[in-house]
Amino acid sequence: MKTLALSFRYLWSRPLAALLNLLLLTLGLASITFVLLASEQIDRAFERDLAGIDVVVGAKGSPMQLILAGVFHIDVPPGNIPLAEVRKLGQHPQVARLIPLSLGDGFRGFRIVGTSADYVSHYRLQLAQGRAWQEPLEAVIGAHVAQDTGMAAGASFAGSHGLGGGGAGHGRHPYRVTGVLAPCGCVADRLILTSTESVWEVHEQHEEPHDGKDHAEEEKREVTMALIQYRTPLAAVSFPRFVNASTAMQAAAPALEVSRLLRMVGVGSDVLRGFGAVLLFTAALSVFIALWNAVRERRADLAMLRMLGARPAKVAALLLCEAWWLALLASVLGLAAGHALAGLVGVMLEAQRSLPVSGRLWLPEELWIPIAALTVATLAALIPAVSAYRVDVAELLNHR
Amino acid sequence: MIRTRSLRYAYPRGPALSFPDVSVAQGATLLLRGHSGTGKSTWLSLAAGLLTPPAGEVVVAGQRLGDLSGPARDRWRSRHLGFLPQQLHLSQALTVAGNLGLVYYAAGLPEDRAAVQGALEALGVGELAQRRPSQLSGGQAQRVALARSVLLRPAVILADEPTASLDDAAAAGAVALLRTAAARSNATLVIATHDRRVQEALPDAAVYLLAAPAAAREAVA
Repeated sequence: MKTLALSFRYLWSRPLAALLNLLLLTLGLASITFVLLASEQIDRAFERDLAGIDVVVGAKGSPMQLILAGVFHIDVPPGNIPLAEVRKLGQHPQVARLIPLSLGDGFRGFRIVGTSADYVSHYRLQLAQGRAWQEPLEAVIGAHVAQDTGMAAGASFAGSHGLGGGGAGHGRHPYRVTGVLAPCGCVADRLILTSTESVWEVHEQHEEPHDGKDHAEEEKREVTMALIQYRTPLAAVSFPRFVNASTAMQAAAPALEVSRLLRMVGVGSDVLRGFGAVLLFTAALSVFIALWNAVRERRADLAMLRMLGARPAKVAALLLCEAWWLALLASVLGLAAGHALAGLVGVMLEAQRSLPVSGRLWLPEELWIPIAALTVATLAALIPAVSAYRVDVAELLNHR
Repeated sequence: MIRTRSLRYAYPRGPALSFPDVSVAQGATLLLRGHSGTGKSTWLSLAAGLLTPPAGEVVVAGQRLGDLSGPARDRWRSRHLGFLPQQLHLSQALTVAGNLGLVYYAAGLPEDRAAVQGALEALGVGELAQRRPSQLSGGQAQRVALARSVLLRPAVILADEPTASLDDAAAAGAVALLRTAAARSNATLVIATHDRRVQEALPDAAVYLLAAPAAAREAVA
């Protein structure tokens, strides 16, 4: 106990060196904590939002964009596809379920998604308040949307074209909120769900006065994409090829695209992880040099302790404890900083209505942070501690 | 008391030293004299149990040092030996009181703050307890170091060149202080010195003169 107190005193007797080492260790641990937190949460979000969607069909273009816009709602949607074509796909024997999505409008940055009731049942969404939409221009809002906009069941709002919130307004066709979804921790938290018909109504009447030719209207109708669940896993082999070859649309497999995306993002997280490791290594080196200098500076102090009767192990333990203090402080600060950083990134992502990342999540893997810190500190202190162990007491008697 | 018999020591690559037998009664004062290279430091290290002699024996305060293992010798040293180094070696990381507290820490004893304060006051530096060693004058620092060496009322006090770099008045004061502090716990006092003034100030002290080792004598001749 006394060794701890004394080593703490010795540590702060050189405040600048102590602070520098603390800073280096903290930065290294913080960046590793951040990578752990962020990658875990992004993985989880992808996994959750992807659940059960086997293929996404949409306009030809980038399959990645199709997935990012259609499943995760973080990219702009591609062009539309004819409703008739989608209906035909729904009849395909390999398709178990088809959920149409109509995108393109937003409200204060939250996306308005025109879809069918299947979307709600697919994600097992529960209503916290009110009821589901029934008529056109009725909408159900996600928990996060409700919290951010302050709307509740009964409120009404006008969507605007585009997602930024600055597009042309659809003021003549206000939506009425009929319900608020319970938080699901998934993408639906930040969506406004309504029927596909609502989106058609808003746009068709808004764009040009029509003369009541309902059949022609029906033929012109479009959706943005369709989420499809296969009847059999074997469909994964033939269905995308069928769509890509025989229709004007493309099929994108989310699992494939996400693993491609994670590979790309993975490079980034690897770089960050490597950066953290380099920082930790630098910190280890710096702690080593500081302790080495401390042993040199305090050689006489240490020898005096030996002269006063302290065992060599006690003198070495003093040095080790000094390093452990640094590790302990840096672990606490590093974890706090890592979480704060994740929280900050979360706030930034939330402002962009993007992936949910929180600093309030604690992972069991974070136990490795203090373990890593203690290991690094012990390794750095090993040689100085041995040299303190072997300190030559007779040095005190050499008059020079 | 200190008694040595046919004591020898040889450094791995140094000259072989052999020390004349000496015997000092408990509470007496011994002046260890000799030019540099004659083995004063080695003798002090042997008497403090820091070095193990390959031949001969050292008995300090009734304890044959050769009988003690390493850790036991460390423990013995903490309880029975006071040491006043020439460079004082007060830790700058600690206050004066903290430096004296190290004695208890090293000995593995609970810290006795009253005893620390008492030891400082007995040497007239009680009001400096919370200062840093860097804020002390040379004389004050020496008193603090002396207080540290007598804190556990050792049976033997080893002082290494206590008057080096002091003027005449200060040197006389330092010697008197050492003598008083040793007398207070009836400790045997050993002063290693090549300073003639110490011998003049302590006319009743036994003098133990170390000669240059044989090899060194031959080199001079």
